[in-house]
Amino acid sequence: MEQTVKNPANGAPDYNFAYLDEQTKRMIRRALLKAVAIPGYQVPFAGREMPMPYGWGTGGVQVTAAVIGPNDTLKVIDQGADDTTNAVSIRQFFAKTAQVATTEKTAEASIIQTRHRIPEKELREDQVLVYQVPIPEPLRFLEPRETETRKMHALEEYGLMHVKLYEDISRHGHIATTYAYPVMVDDRYVMDPSPTPKFDNPKMNNMAALQLFGAGREKRIYALPPYTKVKSLDFEDHPFEVQTWEDECGMCGARDSYLDEVILDDQGNRMFVCSDTDYCAERQEAGHRGPQHHDQPLGTADRGKAAE
Amino acid sequence: MTQMNEPLLRVEDLTMMYGDRVGCKDVSFELRPGEVLGIVGESGSGKSTLLRSISAQQEPTNGTVEYQTRIDGVRDVYQMSEAQRRLLMRTDWAFVHQNPRDGLRMNVSAGANIGERLMAIGDRHYGNIRNNADSWLGKVEIASERLDDLPSTFSGGMQQRLQIARNLVTSPRLVFMDEPTGGLDVSVQARLLDLLRGLVHDLNLAVIIVTHDLAVARLLSHRLMVMQQGKVIEHGLTDQVLDDPQHPYTQLLVSSILQN
Repeated sequence: MEQTVKNPANGAPDYNFAYLDEQTKRMIRRALLKAVAIPGYQVPFAGREMPMPYGWGTGGVQVTAAVIGPNDTLKVIDQGADDTTNAVSIRQFFAKTAQVATTEKTAEASIIQTRHRIPEKELREDQVLVYQVPIPEPLRFLEPRETETRKMHALEEYGLMHVKLYEDISRHGHIATTYAYPVMVDDRYVMDPSPTPKFDNPKMNNMAALQLFGAGREKRIYALPPYTKVKSLDFEDHPFEVQTWEDECGMCGARDSYLDEVILDDQGNRMFVCSDTDYCAERQEAGHRGPQHHDQPLGTADRGKAAE
Repeated sequence: MTQMNEPLLRVEDLTMMYGDRVGCKDVSFELRPGEVLGIVGESGSGKSTLLRSISAQQEPTNGTVEYQTRIDGVRDVYQMSEAQRRLLMRTDWAFVHQNPRDGLRMNVSAGANIGERLMAIGDRHYGNIRNNADSWLGKVEIASERLDDLPSTFSGGMQQRLQIARNLVTSPRLVFMDEPTGGLDVSVQARLLDLLRGLVHDLNLAVIIVTHDLAVARLLSHRLMVMQQGKVIEHGLTDQVLDDPQHPYTQLLVSSILQN
């Protein structure tokens, strides 16, 4: 599929559809196919330089560029929010280089690129979730040798992962790892679910949508095909648990979503809001109200307006 | 008692060449359960090369290393799959390094260090792992209250004892030791040797211990192999070798010790 997209800059050559050239996209798709065939296995790929710095989601952007088509609708979130810098610039990037439709609504998106969160709304079979991954190797901080970690994956030697959890319990009395919480995929590979909070780990299990992970700096791709078993590692006497909050969302009153703490002033006042902006906005549209709502825009003006 | 008579480890014609240079040459011996074999010799005589080759860390140029496994009978360790070999190395075997920093994870607590091998073989009960680690800490004479401390806060002697505990927690049958008392002062050495001798006896461990210290060899080992320039020049019961050395080099080695 050769398709070019007009570059509005004066005299500049046109973009190939979705920025990357077709050969590169094919290379990434081959890596993706292998990753889907071996759930949780890190497939090396020839990651390209992207017009953004490492750490801004270059891995996720390359994966999205390889799977996106002209009829797709793209949603990009950063820490659950559609309106943060990273999300806005990646959304604009694809709006410009692929001219695809973009949305902030989880339900309307066919591809969702994410950093740090899985949307609260349950995803469907016709959706693809693309994660931006900074460090794909879950064993990295315990075993710095890449040759050794690869061997450990190959031979299923994962005792070391539990050493980390043991350390957590002995220091804090409970498993204090709250994000990038290691999971066992399909009873075979231990995988870093990227720095999503462990709150989202259960959503990965048996998810209807295809989940793709791209690490740009480390040049690794891994994947979870739909309906894959994903189990969070734990101990028999210290089972896996997700975070809970005593507060509810100040805007929409949700008690079942992941909440961000917002410091309101230097008097110790604070509030909690849903990190998933679309989920929160949708609930407010449906008439749900939290204690801090007062039908006044609070925090970001956009979010307040969306609620009205 | 048939098992006692069957060798646990059989090394045959083991040769390790580094290009044209000899690491060790034509070494053969057998080791039975509960037996302690000392390998002595000066620096560069091939002791450590031999130990690495026997302990499956460095494939020899020639020769075989056969081990009586718990399940599969006698196996050539270099014919095993890598997965089997690594499993053997972290369950039925143990390796005590000269420098405890090589054998410990310095950035996790003492308890996690001891528990690592247990978790590696599938133990998933935190309370049990911790109790087990605690009891092993006691066996190597480290106070329970140090269970959650990092090894870097331990003294050299404690680190070495922690390394021993970490290795013995899976009840291995064969332990390799490379100068376990090197770098420790004399009184700490004595305590460590005393501890080791007790453990070896109580747990019926087979041990191959490499040392250049004849006093250590005499205290711990039943049999002694003397190496020079990669070859075993004398081999026999420890007392026999040390009290009545036959080879000129062994005679020199024995006479070089200060007698009181």
